[in-house]
Amino acid sequence: MFHWLEKNPFFFAVGVFLVIAYAGIVTILPDFMESARPLKGTKPYTVLQLAGRQVYIRNGCNTCHSQLIRPFKSETDRYGKYSLSGEYAYDRPFLWGSRRIGPDLHRVGNYRTTDWHENHMLNPQAVVPGSIMPKYGFMFKKSADLKTAYAEAYTVKKVFDVPYNQPGMPKLGTYDQAKKAAFIQAGKIVAGMKNQGVKDAYKNGDIKEIVALIAYLNGLK
Amino acid sequence: MQSSNAINYDYTVAKYFTVSAIVLGIVGMSVGVIIAFQLAFPELNNFFGEYGTFGRLRPIHTDGVAFGFTVSGIMATWYYIGQRVLKVSMAESKFLMFIGKLQFWLYIIVVAVAVVSLLMGETSSKEYAEFEWPVDIGIVIVWVLWGVSIFGLIGIRREKVLYISVWYYIATFLGVAMLYVFNNMEVPTYFVSGMGDWFHSVSMYAGSNDAMVQWWYGHNAVAFVFTVPIIAMIYYFLPKESGQPIFSYKLSLLSFWGLMFVYLWAGGHHLLYSTVPDWVQTMASIFSIILILPSWGSAINILLTMKGEWGQLKDNPLIKFYVLASTFYMLSTLEGPIQAIKSVNALAHFTDWIPGHVHDGTLGWVGFMIIGGIFHMAPRMFKREIFSKKLVEAQFWLQTTGIVMYFTSMWIAGITQGMMWRATDQYGNLAYSFIDTVEVLHPYWTLRAVGGSFYLIGVFMWAYNIYKTATSSKAIEKEPQYASPMA
Repeated sequence: MFHWLEKNPFFFAVGVFLVIAYAGIVTILPDFMESARPLKGTKPYTVLQLAGRQVYIRNGCNTCHSQLIRPFKSETDRYGKYSLSGEYAYDRPFLWGSRRIGPDLHRVGNYRTTDWHENHMLNPQAVVPGSIMPKYGFMFKKSADLKTAYAEAYTVKKVFDVPYNQPGMPKLGTYDQAKKAAFIQAGKIVAGMKNQGVKDAYKNGDIKEIVALIAYLNGLK
Repeated sequence: MQSSNAINYDYTVAKYFTVSAIVLGIVGMSVGVIIAFQLAFPELNNFFGEYGTFGRLRPIHTDGVAFGFTVSGIMATWYYIGQRVLKVSMAESKFLMFIGKLQFWLYIIVVAVAVVSLLMGETSSKEYAEFEWPVDIGIVIVWVLWGVSIFGLIGIRREKVLYISVWYYIATFLGVAMLYVFNNMEVPTYFVSGMGDWFHSVSMYAGSNDAMVQWWYGHNAVAFVFTVPIIAMIYYFLPKESGQPIFSYKLSLLSFWGLMFVYLWAGGHHLLYSTVPDWVQTMASIFSIILILPSWGSAINILLTMKGEWGQLKDNPLIKFYVLASTFYMLSTLEGPIQAIKSVNALAHFTDWIPGHVHDGTLGWVGFMIIGGIFHMAPRMFKREIFSKKLVEAQFWLQTTGIVMYFTSMWIAGITQGMMWRATDQYGNLAYSFIDTVEVLHPYWTLRAVGGSFYLIGVFMWAYNIYKTATSSKAIEKEPQYASPMA
């Protein structure tokens, strides 16, 4: 049979494809629906949090920070309760990471504050001596992209039925409504910050990246 | 193998991709050296604002070497080997020549857009699939063109039986196509909502499912970019350079179909102790162990090809590259399954042992085969001797030293950090804060960066040697049959 295949490239290619394709089907499909189910109480991200999540992704925070607490005592002692599948139901993409150059962040909202993040993002070494994290001063100057964040929330609601606007879930509404809600949420974070530039910008109707990022990080619990 | 002098092979496209392999190798590995130094000396992160941080640069390194250097190497060798084992010249078909050139230039455009978009932060965050949807579409087109080229050349072939290398090139084409398309299923948000960044998209899968699909891709991208086409290369270059026939046809058959069957199951070993179903993790672990068989099957087949001819190692530096490459392939394919054992993975996951493992495969196996393969091609493409044998020797030893420094330091770093994360004092409390486990890595990270630099210097030596070979080395009249002539 193999000799015959080697003279018949078409059937050879079909054979190879069948042999390589079915493993994916057998491993991914059976539990697909179950793995997509949210845990009770898990909520989709607000527009401001999504904007922060996009800042997190754009700067490759996931290259150094995991968001997956494995079920070992050494990990639950350090980071909190081990991660559950349903907690990630609204994570598109997932951000588990593959290398912990810095600590896990899946529950960072439980033990770090707005104030801590503000100081740390500006100068990590001042807060954690010996830290090798880059300084992220530019996040205090660049504006958060609420439009793209809204576009993402709108898309997942429309295409994947993510339950925005349902009882107990974040409101989405029109872009203007979402923007208003983002400003209210951002106001609480800005009030907890010291940076004058960020405060002034907020007064002038501009949310900086750092505010959105902190909104996202504070929501990781 | 019979003499192939009768057909006048056309290496135009192979030469193009040789140039891009060299250039993108230098770019991708230079970024790698930079980010390696950034870990050891973090001030290096802060020179170019948001564009110079580790997080932004790391995908440019990984994608640069995987899809720049390695894919260029795959293409260069395909456009060389393909013609020769199928006994047909690219010059015989204007259409295929056009497709080959089109593929090259589109590829260059896609690479340029990809690098700029990653620097700008346009990323999907999925490892080795960071590119946003417009780049993905470009990549798919380039890949389809390659498919046209492969099957087009096969369609007009004189040699009816497909040589082993062609099996592996076909598998590369099919495997990458399937994996890439399914992992990059994403919805561009601009077209649904009418606002925001038009480059932005959102993944079709969420959470645990997204992780499953990503690592089914991520692991098998390693299979079909870093393993399968590299085996295609060694099955051609080693017998040609040494004049030895392949040790066993049956072993190559078993290894090929075994590899195809087993590899795709193993992706879940990136997700051990995560929230994906437990049975998937166990399956992945078991299949990873089984994977040793087809991997070592190929490697043993290659090494036994040199049976009775080990003396060539002394005289021919290219044989050194090939033999060390298959040795690193054996090391790497033993190390991977060990890391896929659940209890070992509990320690190794998230540590430097993983990038250490990746690099003994990529630097030792992938890099050495592409470098050694292009060295073999150069005298035949340019009709000149290899410019300097001494330089090839020096490069080999420098790079080998670099690889050893790289993986030993990363093994120590990974195991040290993994042990420190779980260490407890006599009362059962964690013994170290996280930053303790970072500071301890400084010497190993420095050593790794220096090892990587050695390898990069070797690549510059390779580039210079190939450049001189192409332009000013001594001309040869007749194509060498086996060992490549070198001055």
